[in-house]
Amino acid sequence: MQWEVVIGLEVHAQLSTESKIFSGASTAFGAAPNAQACAVDIALPGVLPVLNRGAVERAIKFGLAVGAKVARRSVFSRKNYFYPDLPKGYQISQFDLPVVLGGEIPILVDGVEKKVRLTRAHLEEDAGKSLHEDFHGMTGIDLNRAGTPLLEIVSEPDMSSPLEAVAYAKELHSLVRYLDICDGNMQEGSFRCDANVSVRRPGGPLGTRREIKNLNSFRFLQQAIEYEIQWQIDTLENGGKIQQATVLFDSDRGETRAMRSKEEAHDYRYFPDPDLLPLEISEAWIAEVEKTLPELPQAKRIRYVSDFGLSAYDAGVLTSSKELAAYFEEVVSIYSDPKVCANWVMGEVNGWLNKAGIEVERCPISSRALAGLLNRIGDGTISGKIAKEVFEAMWNGEGEADAIIEARGLKQISDSGALEKIVDEIISNNPSQVADYRAGRDKLFAFFVGQAMKATKGQANPAQLSEILKQKLAG
Amino acid sequence: MSISLSDVKRIASLSRIAVSDAEAEATRAQLSGIFSLIEAMQAVDTSGIAPMSHAQEIVLRMRSDTVTETDQHEAFQRGAPQVEAALYLVPKVIE
Repeated sequence: MQWEVVIGLEVHAQLSTESKIFSGASTAFGAAPNAQACAVDIALPGVLPVLNRGAVERAIKFGLAVGAKVARRSVFSRKNYFYPDLPKGYQISQFDLPVVLGGEIPILVDGVEKKVRLTRAHLEEDAGKSLHEDFHGMTGIDLNRAGTPLLEIVSEPDMSSPLEAVAYAKELHSLVRYLDICDGNMQEGSFRCDANVSVRRPGGPLGTRREIKNLNSFRFLQQAIEYEIQWQIDTLENGGKIQQATVLFDSDRGETRAMRSKEEAHDYRYFPDPDLLPLEISEAWIAEVEKTLPELPQAKRIRYVSDFGLSAYDAGVLTSSKELAAYFEEVVSIYSDPKVCANWVMGEVNGWLNKAGIEVERCPISSRALAGLLNRIGDGTISGKIAKEVFEAMWNGEGEADAIIEARGLKQISDSGALEKIVDEIISNNPSQVADYRAGRDKLFAFFVGQAMKATKGQANPAQLSEILKQKLAG
Repeated sequence: MSISLSDVKRIASLSRIAVSDAEAEATRAQLSGIFSLIEAMQAVDTSGIAPMSHAQEIVLRMRSDTVTETDQHEAFQRGAPQVEAALYLVPKVIE
């Protein structure tokens, strides 16, 4: 039976401010428990929230970058619920008048571009953390995270596959890092996704959705949605009904599980927070923030395709993070063959970074050093194959390309006299292969190339070697 | 509009308030009274009037993004019923 999948995402991006959204406590990660929970954050009687201008500025930046409307007037509301890591008994959030309205994020899946519309983005504060390890049957509460500024970014249900959802989440992740409004660290919870998933008959009315909470990696996001879709289809095809529910993803078992219904009785009794006046954002402020916008990933991708002649896919990989794009552009500025640069950055550099599990900012080979290596391939000093050996040595800290080529004696043999001598020897040592080749077994050519490369330890100039071999074997 | 006893019990449960049957009945009567008042207010024609989010016609002031608070957890935790390893301890919240 045919089913259509409908997915919408809510992303909580932690804004990269120094201090909290409504207090002057630090937001630095990893502090000792409660060392960064001030009187406002722990909700002592009589305290009042004062809004952090830096948080608003980041929200404006986001709104401008996605082509949304930045609301000239927005309102903070109280979202009421009871949980020990929320000392006030309410979370300050925005409800019917959010700071950012609309906008869109372009995604690329299987070469097809699609635009995912945004519903809204609003400012709110994070809650504290409950530690459920055993404290004599009690729960420990750390309020350092309470009051950390979040931008909740809500999409329209425009995605129709797990891959589209992941593409959207990755694009958004890349964007907030380009804008420098969120560090994007998913392990530390700076970028968390909730996915609303439903299935329906093609063209039919929307099905009942279930919301998967708190997915903190792209892999879990994909796995959780895949599992959830299959579960909903199986349930419906077996004659069951989908109940609206909040579910959690168990990454160990790879399955989603509904929370108790008591916990998802959404009765938040939103109302405007009397402690906070309406937030007004002037045109002048918006114009000022607009001046600080960097080149965005989409504009960069288009430029890479038109100026550098790269494929859309390559441009997408290279612009996936601001840092990788900067590295690539530095290499191109020194070695001006963008395709070669792109292949090396996406192949060797990215491959080794992934293997080592580090980011490009900590790449042991600088962009300038990589360009130096590419120069040596370009001028024929070494072959592409030898270059990979040099790259590995550079990665391991053995120095710059030139020094390694010199020290290891890797210079390519382009001396035709020397190559001819080697080829002559191979021909006289392998008379039967020569006879077979001359009788028409063309495939043996590779055998002679192999022999010559062995004899020169891979240092023969490949184009020149092949030329000489052809000549000599012709007899 | 009047509300039912089961509405009262559901609201009490969401608010984590234990109510006896007698209290629930008394609360039901009081809440129904409040709802009648709301009904009376809802009869007023408010079309064309923008919802008011604050009683005063002034806007929010902001602070600059700087850290001004220091670690005072020891002082704050003196008033907490139970503390361990600088954490506030509360009755277990998951089963």
